[in-house]
Formats: sequence, structure tokens, C-alpha cells
Amino acid sequence: MLIAIAAVAALAAVFGLLLGYSAIRFHIDGDPIADQIDALLPQSQCGQCGLPGCRPYAEAVAAGQAEINQCVPGGEATMLAIADLLGREPVAGGEIVEKPKSTAVIDEQVCIGCTKCLSVCPVDAIVGATKQLHAVIGSECTGCELCQPSCPVDCIYMQPIPEHIGNWKWPYPGRQPKPANQPLVTEAEPEAEVEHREAA
Amino acid sequence: MKLQTPQTAEQRRKLWHFHGGVHLPEEKYLSNGKPTLDAPLPRQLVIPLQQHIGAPARAAVTVGDRVLKGQVIAEPQGYISATVHASSSGVVSAIEARSVPHPSGLTAPCIVIDTDGEDAWAELPEPIADFEQADANTLRERIRGSGIVGMGGASFPSNVKLNPGADQPIDTLVINGAECEPYITCDDLLMRERAADIVDGIRIMLHVLGAGRCLVGIEDNKPEAILAMQQAVALRQLGGRIEVVAIPTLYPSGGEKQLINILTGKEVPSHGIPAQVGLVCQNVGTASAVADAVLRGRPLIERYVTVTGRAVASPQNYRVRIGTPASELIDASGGLRAELAKLVVGGPMMGIKLDSDAVPITKAANCILALTPQESPDPGKPLPCIRCGRCADVCPVNLLPQQMYWHARAKDIDKVQDYNVFDCIECGCCAHVCPSHIPLVQYYRYAKTESWAREREKRAAEHARERHAAREARLERLERERKAKMRQKQAAIAPKGATAAADGDAKKAAIEAARKRAAEKRAARAVEPAPASAAVKPRVESESVSEEQG
Repeated sequence: MLIAIAAVAALAAVFGLLLGYSAIRFHIDGDPIADQIDALLPQSQCGQCGLPGCRPYAEAVAAGQAEINQCVPGGEATMLAIADLLGREPVAGGEIVEKPKSTAVIDEQVCIGCTKCLSVCPVDAIVGATKQLHAVIGSECTGCELCQPSCPVDCIYMQPIPEHIGNWKWPYPGRQPKPANQPLVTEAEPEAEVEHREAA
Repeated sequence: MKLQTPQTAEQRRKLWHFHGGVHLPEEKYLSNGKPTLDAPLPRQLVIPLQQHIGAPARAAVTVGDRVLKGQVIAEPQGYISATVHASSSGVVSAIEARSVPHPSGLTAPCIVIDTDGEDAWAELPEPIADFEQADANTLRERIRGSGIVGMGGASFPSNVKLNPGADQPIDTLVINGAECEPYITCDDLLMRERAADIVDGIRIMLHVLGAGRCLVGIEDNKPEAILAMQQAVALRQLGGRIEVVAIPTLYPSGGEKQLINILTGKEVPSHGIPAQVGLVCQNVGTASAVADAVLRGRPLIERYVTVTGRAVASPQNYRVRIGTPASELIDASGGLRAELAKLVVGGPMMGIKLDSDAVPITKAANCILALTPQESPDPGKPLPCIRCGRCADVCPVNLLPQQMYWHARAKDIDKVQDYNVFDCIECGCCAHVCPSHIPLVQYYRYAKTESWAREREKRAAEHARERHAAREARLERLERERKAKMRQKQAAIAPKGATAAADGDAKKAAIEAARKRAAEKRAARAVEPAPASAAVKPRVESESVSEEQG
């Protein structure tokens, strides 16, 4: 029996040494998991998750310091994708309110050209200069809303992107599942049951 | 005249079967007994700028312009786009968003023409009588300039489809006269009445493609149409090149990939197009439009439309100008005579439900279907799936509808794509046979548009990430430059600091000298105010410039 114990101990030692050597020899700088999570995030850099940007949030999730359901613009789809990637159970939305996608619009009549919103935009979607009119480049705006509180004359408002035939989606035909426990639900009303239609 | 049996001993041709399919009640007798009438010219034509796959056309007229029949009113944008023409003469009264036949019920930009009743033709391009001498590209340009798109429903620009490229040689042209959906009979009537035009169109397309032969597939519930086409082919003595084939009546034999399989046994690859297996498929209506464009210079401004369903007083086929409101066609058919349960543009399986009859007839609209409650009973709430597998039995594309349903229901878009949902032709066979009457096709449509939306979002997110990274890099660079400047300034000051004590007196002397200079300047300014104030301004502006760069 002693031989058996010794044999297993020897194998354990050999494999341990092998693993230790590999950890040092094949070590990668940076966190590939964080990169993969970052690729799933919507990149609006809005900070609504509580962390200053998408990359910090990805790193926090990879380090286990943040929950996977904190991304507001990403919504349920992003949470499910991260859960799938990490092999975890999906977490309920909690306090996430699904807002329609919007872009920022500056009211030209009110803008005073202070450049405060210019410096805050994480994707440089606002053009302008000191004492000159500022304007949001609609196609670049991600709807993160970071510019709105920065304006001293409150001239920025969020305009929902209008639905047109180009971006229309077929609605989900089934019933939306109701969340199990709802103490703090500020969730929007689940989609009303779509009247069943035939294939036509 | 004796009806020729389509498949006599020497003509019998081997046909293949596609997987699945369903037999549906045909209901063709409602509208196929009467000859086609010209629909009355409407008071107002509403012509959408996008009646095709690809980029919308751009309006080439303005409000108030007088236009003539066949005049170009919108130019194509890019290669995959189509020209739009005025369907009759009149005045452009508006270019605005109007209801169009689309499942969303949303509006789209349309050109509205108030017709003047004169129906005067514009100057048309020259007919190309001997097209066999013409260059294929010239003919394609003519087809594009005439606004011809696939008239079977997909409305893909025909000049693009007839240009598969040198790397995809075409040996067979398939002409789709199957018309497999119940109720619709417009292609049937077109084949009976305009067989010669269709055959001319086939000759032109064979020349454009450089293809050797043509197979015309017609379901065997249309014996008169088969006979008419055979006679037209014989009249032109093209029996060697064009063969009219009767195929068994089965839904959805009129699907492009299904028809190709029936006639040739070839299978179009998943996510592929028929050109990859040496075939191009076109509808009979498209062939007729091509003949009109090349031989008569006429653009696509009208099409055959079936108005049918038991809710309408006298079902009938019409030659309709593009842009005619559907309401006018229903009025022309005697109006509604029974309770209307559902109004559909298209057929009962693949059509689009309309909320109002104010939508215009587009190039793709082949039927206006007014269904009574008996014809379109409400199936009620869907029951749970019992995993019977009937849906998989009938799928003409040989997919697994049940698996796609489970994953679409769970919103697992990736898994649905693994089951090839993008090969689904949305024919509705699966939903038709489901004993729990689950709206299966709605789930697949949801999965497809959701998948496209996610891809769009991913691209937008990538773009935003790149911009963010560029911004971070720029800020970092500015920070580095600022630090470098600070270091330089400190380096310049540092040597002086060592001899600070000795410079104490020197500093006092420098301050005294500066005070003297300032006093002199003030005195000078008191004498001559104007030039001094001009000297002040540039300094301020340059300060603000450096602030911006900072």
C-alpha cells in the first residue's frame, strides 16, 4: 500500500511541477477574458454600470468584482451573452429599464459654445469650438447621455431614433416571462401578448 | 381544340421531388374563369420610391412638375437599385411618407401623382428589334432603365440577376409559371393572354445570359396556360431551346429553389444563389416586362393583379397601373359583399396583412385577397408544442422547424442560426400543419431580424470603440506633450535657482526697470490712445487659441 501512496504522490509532484512551469513559461500579459467580455459590450462608454467605461466594466466582471447584469444599454441580450461566455446562470434584470435607443440633440438657439459637452463625449461625436455653435454628429452618437448633465444651459435633449422600414424588427411572438420575485421592479411593462396570427 | 396532355410518351421528362410540401385547397376557380380587365385609371397614383430589394431610388421630379406616362420620376441609387416611372400622365402633387404594403405598417417615401386622365405617353427609348445582335450589357442597361424587378414577389433588380458574372456561367434559364399559392391566378391569366410576350422575353433573357436552354415550370392545375405557352413556343419554332414542363401541383413548388430542384434535380447550396449551380430563375411576369422594355421601349408601369377572396363581390384579374390604391381595385370588383375578416396583399400563406386598403399596388403586389371569417378562422391561442414533428415532415427546405422554434422562443439567436434559419423561405407549411397552431414563421422572422439588428449593433459598437480608443490616444498624446513642455520649462529655470541669492539684487533691478517701462507706456498711451488699443486685441485672441489647443 505504501508503494501505491508513493506512486500517486510522485505523479502529483510531477504534474504539479509541469503545471507550474507552464504557468510561468506560457503566461500571457493582459486578460483575454476581459477582452472577450469587452467585445460583447455596446461601447457607449456611458458609465451607467457604475464603472468609468466599457473596458473597466469588462475587467471588473472578469475579476468577479461586478455582476453581469449591470450594463444598461446592453440590456438583457448583453447579459445573456456574458452569461453564455462565462458559463454562468443568467441574472434577472433587476432595476434595468429598457429605454428606446436615442441620440443626443443640441438646441442651437440655446447653446452658448462653452465646450463642456465636447470634452465629455467619449466618442468625440460633438463638433464645435469655444464660442462657436456645437452640434452632435448623429451617426456617431451612441446615446450614452454623458453630455446631458454637463451642459450649463441644459440645451441637450435625447431624441429616440425613429423606427422606419430600414431598422424595423419583427416583434417576439410569444409571451414575455415575468420575473420571479419583483420587489423593486421599475421594469417597463412586458410586451403585451401579441395576438396570434397565422402564417399569412 | 384538344387539350394536349403535357406529358406524352416522347415528351415525358424526369422530374424530381423536393422534401415535404403540403396540398392546399386551390381556390383558383374564384378568379380564373374571366379574362383580365384593365383596371380603371385612379384619380391619384401613390408610387413608392422603394419597390425593390436594395437602395431606395431618389426622386428626380419635384412637387408641381407635370409628368407623362413612362417618364422617369426616380433614379436608382447604386448598382442594386431600380428606376421608378410615372404610371400615367399628371401632376406631382406631393413627395411624402405614405402607407405602403409592409408587415410593419410603417410609411415610406412615395411620389404622389394626380392623374389628368389623358394618359399621354412620354418619349420612350428606341425599341431594340434585333436584340440578338445587341450587346448583353446594352440590354441590361435597358432593363435597368425600364425599372424591371422580379415580379414574383421578391422584386430583386432584374438587370443584376441577369448579370451573374463571368465566373458563374449559366446553362439553363428557369421560368417560374408555377403560381403555387392558393387564390392567386394572375400568372395563369398572363400566360394564357400574353404567351407570345413571355416567349419573347425568354429569348431576350437567353441571349443576355448566354444560356443554351430554358425550362418553363407550370403547375398542372393550369392546363390552358400550359397549352398557350406550348403553342407560343411552337409558333416561334423554339421547341429545341424552350421546353414547357408541367409539374405536379404542390405548395410551394413555385419557390425558386424548389422549382429548380423539381425541374433539374439540382440543389442550390445553403446561403447560396441558383447562379452557383448554373441556373437563373425568373417569373413569367418579369419575362413579359423584359419583352415590353426591349421590343417596345416601355418601362414597367403596370402588372397583372388578382383581386379575390369570398369577401369581394366579383373576384377578377386586372391589368393595374403601379401606384393604384388597393381600395380602387376592390371597388372595381364590386366592393365587399361579405364580412371582411382579413385583407391581405399577396397570398394566404406568404402575404402581408393590411390594416387599411389605402395602400398602393407596387411592382411586387400580385394579389389583393379579401377573406371572410370562414376562409380565415381565428385559430385562438397557441397550445404547447407536443413535439409531434409534423413541421419537419413538411418543410420544403428540409430544415428542423421544431428545433428552431425552441431556440427562437428562448431568444437564443446563435442556436437558431446553427439550424440554418436563414435558409427558411417562410412558406408557412410548418405553421399550417402544426396541431397546436403555433405561429412558427413569426418566430423565425423574429430570429432573422433580431440577428440582423444584433449584427448592426455589433458593427456600431466596434466603430464606437475605435473612436473611443482614438480619443484616449489623443488625450494621452496631449498630456505627454504638456508634461514635456513643463519639464522643459523647469529645466530652463533650474540652473537659475542655484544662483538665487546672488541674483537677489539683479531681480530688484529687473523689477525696477520693468516698472519704469510700464510707466513710460502709460504716459505714451495717454497721449495717443488709438494705435495702443489696436495693439491690445491680437494678444487676447492668441490667448484664447492656445486655450482651445490646451
